[in-house]
Amino acid sequence: MILFWLILIPFLGGMLCWHSERWGEQAPRWIALATMLFVLAVSVVLWAGGDFSAYGTGERPWLLEWRVPWIPRFGIEIHLALDGLSLILIALTGFLGALAVLCSWKEIVERVGFFHLNLLFVLGGVVGVFLALDLLLFFLFWEVMLVPMYFLIALWGHSGSPGQTRIRAATRFFIYTQASGLLMLVAILALVFVHYTSSGEITFSYDALLNADVPDNLSFWIMLGFFIAFAVKLPVVPFHGWLPDAHAQAPTAGSVDLAGILLKTAAYGMLRFAIPLFPEQSQAFAPVAMALGVVGIIYGAVLACGQQDIKRLIAYASISHMGFVLIAVYSGSELAIQGAIVLMVAHAFSSAALFILSGQLFERIHTRDMRRMGGLWGRIPVLPGVTLFFLAASLGMPATANFLGEFMVLFGTFRSAPVVVVIASAGLVLGAIYSLLMMQRVHFGREQQPGLLAGPDVREYGMMLALIGLTLAVGLNPQPLLDTTASMVRPVADLFMAGPVRAGGMN
Amino acid sequence: MLTLIDLVGLLPLLIVASTAVLVMLGVAWRRHHGGTAAVTVSGLALALASLPLASAAPSSPPLMIFDGLALLGSALVLVSGLFIAAMSHGYLAGYRGPREEFYLLLLCAVTGALGLVASNHLATLFISLELLSMPLYGMVAYSFRTERSLEAGIKYLILSAAATAFLLFGMALIYARTGHLELTALAAGVAGSPDPWILGGAALLLVGLGFKLSIIPFHQWTPDVYQGGLAPATTVLATVSKLAVFLVLLRLVLVAPVFGSGWLLGLISLLALLSMFGGNLLALFQPDLKRLLGYSSIAHMGYLLVAVIVGGPLALETTGVYLFTYIVATMGAFGVIMHVSGTGSGEDASGLHHYRGLFWHSPWLAALLTLSMLSLAGIPLTAGFFGKFYIIALGVEGSRWWLVGGIVIGSVIGLFYYLRVIITLYLREPGMQQAVADAGRGRVEKLALLIVAVSILLLGIYPVPFIDWVAGLAWAARLL
Repeated sequence: MILFWLILIPFLGGMLCWHSERWGEQAPRWIALATMLFVLAVSVVLWAGGDFSAYGTGERPWLLEWRVPWIPRFGIEIHLALDGLSLILIALTGFLGALAVLCSWKEIVERVGFFHLNLLFVLGGVVGVFLALDLLLFFLFWEVMLVPMYFLIALWGHSGSPGQTRIRAATRFFIYTQASGLLMLVAILALVFVHYTSSGEITFSYDALLNADVPDNLSFWIMLGFFIAFAVKLPVVPFHGWLPDAHAQAPTAGSVDLAGILLKTAAYGMLRFAIPLFPEQSQAFAPVAMALGVVGIIYGAVLACGQQDIKRLIAYASISHMGFVLIAVYSGSELAIQGAIVLMVAHAFSSAALFILSGQLFERIHTRDMRRMGGLWGRIPVLPGVTLFFLAASLGMPATANFLGEFMVLFGTFRSAPVVVVIASAGLVLGAIYSLLMMQRVHFGREQQPGLLAGPDVREYGMMLALIGLTLAVGLNPQPLLDTTASMVRPVADLFMAGPVRAGGMN
Repeated sequence: MLTLIDLVGLLPLLIVASTAVLVMLGVAWRRHHGGTAAVTVSGLALALASLPLASAAPSSPPLMIFDGLALLGSALVLVSGLFIAAMSHGYLAGYRGPREEFYLLLLCAVTGALGLVASNHLATLFISLELLSMPLYGMVAYSFRTERSLEAGIKYLILSAAATAFLLFGMALIYARTGHLELTALAAGVAGSPDPWILGGAALLLVGLGFKLSIIPFHQWTPDVYQGGLAPATTVLATVSKLAVFLVLLRLVLVAPVFGSGWLLGLISLLALLSMFGGNLLALFQPDLKRLLGYSSIAHMGYLLVAVIVGGPLALETTGVYLFTYIVATMGAFGVIMHVSGTGSGEDASGLHHYRGLFWHSPWLAALLTLSMLSLAGIPLTAGFFGKFYIIALGVEGSRWWLVGGIVIGSVIGLFYYLRVIITLYLREPGMQQAVADAGRGRVEKLALLIVAVSILLLGIYPVPFIDWVAGLAWAARLL
């Protein structure tokens, strides 16, 4: 039941925010903050109290589980379940959600209540995605995130160039994800009906479909349907068209959510659904997926080097980082998949921090164009140093969580695909180039204008210190995180190792 | 021969028809707008309430059949009729000219639709279809002093007459070969190898019905009539007329094996694909909300044709669910149009610019229109999602991958213009045209709109009772 409340609370909080607008300008912000902190607190309590070594076996497949029938006609249930991976990601959602509320404290000044409604609805949908086990319920939450995100970009975004570019960016985001989502729906339905014809039972339940007997020719296409849906969201390179625009035009809170959490839903979907449901097909498909990952790493990094807009640069860097995640997920090595999870968490921290920093920069100098920056190191106290820290994290400096994640990914993948690792390592060099390039252009060099700008206030300090602390903590002591997810990752890795023999599912 | 029990089965039809007579007499005696509307609404509500009674009676009147399909159709027709009657009162309040006759026409059209969904004989089918269409000419052209409305009425009249000619010719061909007009006998007559005459007749029937459904390439009237007609009249076209005709088409296909022949199914598939793509593409850059809804209805009929093509036990259920979700969303959209427009100025507020920034002065209307658009687009947590779910499930079950692909691509194109409408509602720009909001509408209209909004959400979140009801009806219909 507590899982159900985890999803419901953000939605209720969102409705409350909308209505609280009449109580004053600040009321929605405090309510939204409290809601997200509540989600964070619940997940931390669950984490502290959970025993992560015991579950994952046949007796107790999930840490927490809740299921009630929803549409018995089609065997659709409200089936929520929590394991280590979903717990980590939900905690991340709560934390970044709170950050998103905080970073828009001064940025969003109009339609405050409606803004927080949309923000909380996105986050509620994301929590739902991380918890849903019934395939239709999963799809439902997957789609539910889109509409409020669309509003966030379209209504509170920045129009970079003349015309309604933020609306175009929002529409493009929506259409890309919705199109791929429909493909996933078709794939889900195909899977369900194939299972129906072979077993006579119509169900959308994860456990039942894990053992579905799918004819070979069809199963590849169904797997592809799932893969494309996740690939669009991750994003994998041929499907990345929506990302740079959406990031660049979105308000800071939207970018934080997009980069920090929404991209992770895709990796989560691959680990939870695409691979366990179709282990053999995924294994056969792995070389293609890894090749796409390598292309993403290089392509994202090269394009990041050429950007003038700070947020676009960070967006392309995200594509590059997600390439590592994709490689790791399809490498089938336990170490690499663990690395992918660490990298996801690290990337959530560092990209959120960089987006927040660029938002703060925008509040001070009212531009995101790096050609009009330069020499800010001397003009703004503290913030440039923080930027340097997160750029160092982003390029994979040891002691940060990012380093650990990338290292584990490369190390784990090396045994199965050494060539991929060699090429992907080049991405690290490119990463160093674009990160330092950004630092150089924004904070060093000739001053464009004289005059001191305001330093960070308590709110900004707090956000940055929290992010720095977490990045270092995960980087220096990742073991608790690894322990939490180990029992989820091991069966996924086993599926790959099991070879052509169909493993008996994850439970 | 009609027996008493048959009359019980006919009760909804009788109630609506006698309400029409009552309204006519009332108008002749004394004009009273509110009273007429009240009589209409209560007549329709009474007919709706008598449905369970009628369905329980084992009646089999000549020329008609009361199976699950008919019951489903009657319920949907009456619900939409009720909504339109309730909304018309506020809409017509500012109309200068006779207002009461509108309800008379509405009741006649509803009577026709009720007959149509229950027809088991080509004669009833034809008479009911005409009874449905004739009042519509008058309703579309009701505000005949405005050029657009008159133009729309005449256009609909002429093209509709042409379609009727096709329909009659098709019936004549089939009758000539089989010697039967009753559907079951006719089905037995054509059961053998279909010869070209029967196939031709079936194709002509399809043309006639396809026109009413505005399936491409018989769609040319749709945008003009949608735009020009009075908003309530257009709503009748979009809901009552489409659903009744579609159900009759489904009945023909389910009963008569001639429609199952590969050649004809291929043709219908082609038309379905054309409608999905054509409707959505034509709507893409449409600046007029009513025209946009017209094009979108073409696309939706294209999706629905998948049910006709796949057939089988799930098709009936799919049709029921999809039709209802489509109708609820359409009623929501047109309800907002009716609420925002007043006929005082003659023309409806159909341009999208009327709705710019609607959210900032009437948030509830904007929320309803947003919900309707999301539902038409098939986004989860709205009614439309389950419609789309059913249609795609049906396509997947029947392995019609081309059609499934068409639905997916069509929906994606459709998103583009639904989103365009939605975002318009929330834009606030200096110097924008203020929409005329809340021109003193009564409680009934607000209640009707609220019910529509709640049902869109409720069907999206917990559709189980509704799905079970439709599934039960579909199951019952299969047995007959």
